Amino acid sequence: MADALESKTTSLRDGPRGPKPRRTFSRRNILLYGTLFVIAVYYAIPLYVMIVTSLKGMPEVRLGNIFSPPLEITFAPWVKAWSEACTGLTCRGLSIGFWNSVRITIPSVIISTIIASVNGYGLANWRFKGANVFFTILIFGSFIPYQVLLYPVVILLREIGLYGDLAGLVIVHTIFGMPILTLLFRNYFSSLPEELFKAARVDGAGFWGIFLRVMLPMSIPIFAVAIILQVTGIWNDFLFGVVYTGPESYPMTVALNNIVNSTQGVVEYNVNMAATIITGLVPLTIYFVSGKLFVRGIAAGAVKG
Amino acid sequence: MKRPNQLFRNFSAKIAAIPMIVTALFVFVGGTAWTVVYSFTKSGLLPRLKWVGLDQYERLWTTKRWIVSIQNLAIYGISMLVLVFVIGFILATLIDQKVRFENVIRTVILYPFALSFVVTGLVWQWILNPEFGIQSIIRDLGWTNFAFDPLYNPKIAIFGVLIAGLWQGSGLVMVLMLAGLRGIDQEIWKAARVDGIPAWKTYLFIVIPMMRPVFITTLVLVVSGIVKLYDLIVAQTGGGPGIATEVPAKYVYDMMFGASNLGQGFAASTMMLVTVALIVIPWAMLEFGGKKHG
Amino acid sequence: MNYAVEIKDLDLHFGNVKVLQQLNLDIHKGEFLVLLGSSGCGKSTLLNCIAGLLEVTDGQIFIGGKNVTWAEPSERGIGMVFQSYALYPQMTVEGNLSFGLRNAGMPRPEISERVKRAAGILQIEPLLKRKPAALSGGQRQRVAIGRALVRDVDVFLFDEPLSNLDAKLRAELRVEIKRLHDQLDNTMIYVTHDQIEAMTLADRIAIMKEGKIMQLASPNEIYNRPRNLYVADFIGSPSMNFLEGEIKAGKFHLEGIVIPLDGYEFVEGSRREGKAIIGLRPEHLVTGDNLASAAVRTKVDVELVEPMGSDTLIYTKLAGRPIHVRMDGQAQVSPGDKVEIGFQPERASLFDPVTEDRL
Repeated sequence: MADALESKTTSLRDGPRGPKPRRTFSRRNILLYGTLFVIAVYYAIPLYVMIVTSLKGMPEVRLGNIFSPPLEITFAPWVKAWSEACTGLTCRGLSIGFWNSVRITIPSVIISTIIASVNGYGLANWRFKGANVFFTILIFGSFIPYQVLLYPVVILLREIGLYGDLAGLVIVHTIFGMPILTLLFRNYFSSLPEELFKAARVDGAGFWGIFLRVMLPMSIPIFAVAIILQVTGIWNDFLFGVVYTGPESYPMTVALNNIVNSTQGVVEYNVNMAATIITGLVPLTIYFVSGKLFVRGIAAGAVKG
Repeated sequence: MKRPNQLFRNFSAKIAAIPMIVTALFVFVGGTAWTVVYSFTKSGLLPRLKWVGLDQYERLWTTKRWIVSIQNLAIYGISMLVLVFVIGFILATLIDQKVRFENVIRTVILYPFALSFVVTGLVWQWILNPEFGIQSIIRDLGWTNFAFDPLYNPKIAIFGVLIAGLWQGSGLVMVLMLAGLRGIDQEIWKAARVDGIPAWKTYLFIVIPMMRPVFITTLVLVVSGIVKLYDLIVAQTGGGPGIATEVPAKYVYDMMFGASNLGQGFAASTMMLVTVALIVIPWAMLEFGGKKHG
Repeated sequence: MNYAVEIKDLDLHFGNVKVLQQLNLDIHKGEFLVLLGSSGCGKSTLLNCIAGLLEVTDGQIFIGGKNVTWAEPSERGIGMVFQSYALYPQMTVEGNLSFGLRNAGMPRPEISERVKRAAGILQIEPLLKRKPAALSGGQRQRVAIGRALVRDVDVFLFDEPLSNLDAKLRAELRVEIKRLHDQLDNTMIYVTHDQIEAMTLADRIAIMKEGKIMQLASPNEIYNRPRNLYVADFIGSPSMNFLEGEIKAGKFHLEGIVIPLDGYEFVEGSRREGKAIIGLRPEHLVTGDNLASAAVRTKVDVELVEPMGSDTLIYTKLAGRPIHVRMDGQAQVSPGDKVEIGFQPERASLFDPVTEDRL
């Protein structure tokens, strides 16, 4: 570089040249990165505390403070939380809740995603008279506080004989997930070129033919977003779980709350934190693995039709 | 050739729409109407069409627990709204300064949003535990009189819940605000620099007004989340100490499924519906009604 | 100082990508300079460097004789007009024009004085109370120009200001910008990818490619004496025909056609023998009555005819290579016809096939 400049300097005059000198540790940068660091620590601390506490033995929990790392790492609290922790009378740990959540989440995600994607496709491409009225009701419906609909849905489920049953909860999740998912799919299918749909119709494909053979292969990303949204949403649900299932089929969140907030016996904070982190593990894994898709999913809730 | 029956046009599409139609009509419209109607009855353990007029509402508004619930929701709601917007927006602007490690910072700030309210509530219950948590740590550092036990002090208990709520929800607002900031024409920034307008003024007088749509959608999302506040309370405080952190959603649940007083539950939930309607309907009119004229 | 803007040895790198390299450019006071090039050539980047919106990697920038390399955009004595207008949407036109001045703490009477004057020059007085959303594209662009005008600066920067407008409006505003320049006598630096805009507006055009200036000259010079193959190909529509041949004994040989080069002005020191490329503009290939003035003539077969109203374009072959010829709009030709074409060698351009420079 210096050699190249040598020959050119004749045309240069004095004074500032090149980039404005800027120290890496300017006051602005220290302030900016300092603030961001403090904020990041604030947000990270609860996760840290959860992990640290869950790896300590009870004597150490009682002596130390919640931020100090464990002197002796023990996985006993995790084992206890998983298989022995007590909820009121029974002491069978979180595992039952976990498997209940799995049995609730998988069919709920599948059914709600299928129904919502068909809805969205119909609304985007096959608008029949009145379709938009139902869609508008659906969107406004998503703002109705769940408490208003809790009891009518109880009656509905009782009528079809599914109250207190896992299948009933699957229906509930399908119903309450429908507005946001339908909106998500409708917006996505509307953004695809309409010529594609027209070309397929000219080629003689019908409602299901176009959906299965033209639209589905193009919508893998949006299905991923919808599935992430639903898995985290349903896994994290508490209210519907507590209302529409019985103690035998409580999802994990309800089981967790019952374990931690049960008033019987000595409080074992390490077991509680182990249980808490186990419950958070599924959505956290999804979040850290899917990254951008998760952000797209939650932003989709804010994108209006 | 005979014109095909209108009913059978796009027949598959109509069949496929049945779940949506049933949900919209029977659950959302029907369910809401049902609850509102039964809020005027004397339903106890089971719903009964025995009219009592506005009795349930009168009882509701003379019940101390309901009044406390409403007050708590107001305090929590207003503080949450203000703080979540301020924090979310400041975080977004900080991240928007072309910082390095943007992805790491964003990931750390947003992860609480992936956790359930139950998990959130339990973690903060532990951190705010006066015997082991923040209070004891600061006392160990020498300030032996330091007191910070929001979950045991009825006067400030609701703020203990607020801390947890902010931790869980501010990442979402940040993400939405950041998307809004990124959506602003970069040339606006250039024009402001040529005009010699300092960055903070550009944010305040130019960028924030331009982000109105993002602010409104975020507002609607946050508000409808606040009204639904339930799981967090149940997990973190159980409504206590005493009734210090009761909220309307919990009142409804307890009346319906605990106290076998369905009528009260219906009346209380109807009041919640009215609250949401007061926010959503003006928004909807602004958002969708305005376009026809503009 | 005679120069309004001087750029010395400017470098700009984005990571490993060298966007501008050792760029030197002096712009006279009161000059209208157009930076022209296809997208990605660095013309907007250069303008942003002059404005101070991008920090340079190396080199210096002087405005009005003052070294502004480290100065903030607002301190440089420039006004800038953007492609997307960049008007502040929630302020009225008046607010948009005055915001920068108010912010600089200028007294109110002077602000309103300046706003009034700018509005008068641009004829936007009736719009002052309106918001940008209530303006048409052309009006918005005028307000954007007004915002630069009220700053009362010597140098105006335009970043593709007409690209968002439809063709008719673009032509109108083009004339207005030219009139504005005549009226104000400011220095204007104007970035565009539209060669018509460049040709009509500029005192001088700088044609850029890959971060370097390929030629800096008057529109006339650039059109008639392009300095290299790139410039020759870029300017003119339809573009120049290029044919490869050989210079022998001061004559250009093109497969049996011999073109005398006595009238051709060689670039100093480039007169030589050997392989060369001749460039012929379609409009310099003449037919019919105009053939009398042409020193070189030959017959060609018409392959395709494109009537365009004002003139007609024909596609044919010369010395086995495809070329196009611009004819009068009323010419009656159809594919298969034989047409005699001719040209004056002094209007052609010769290039070195290796260095691609003009001979």
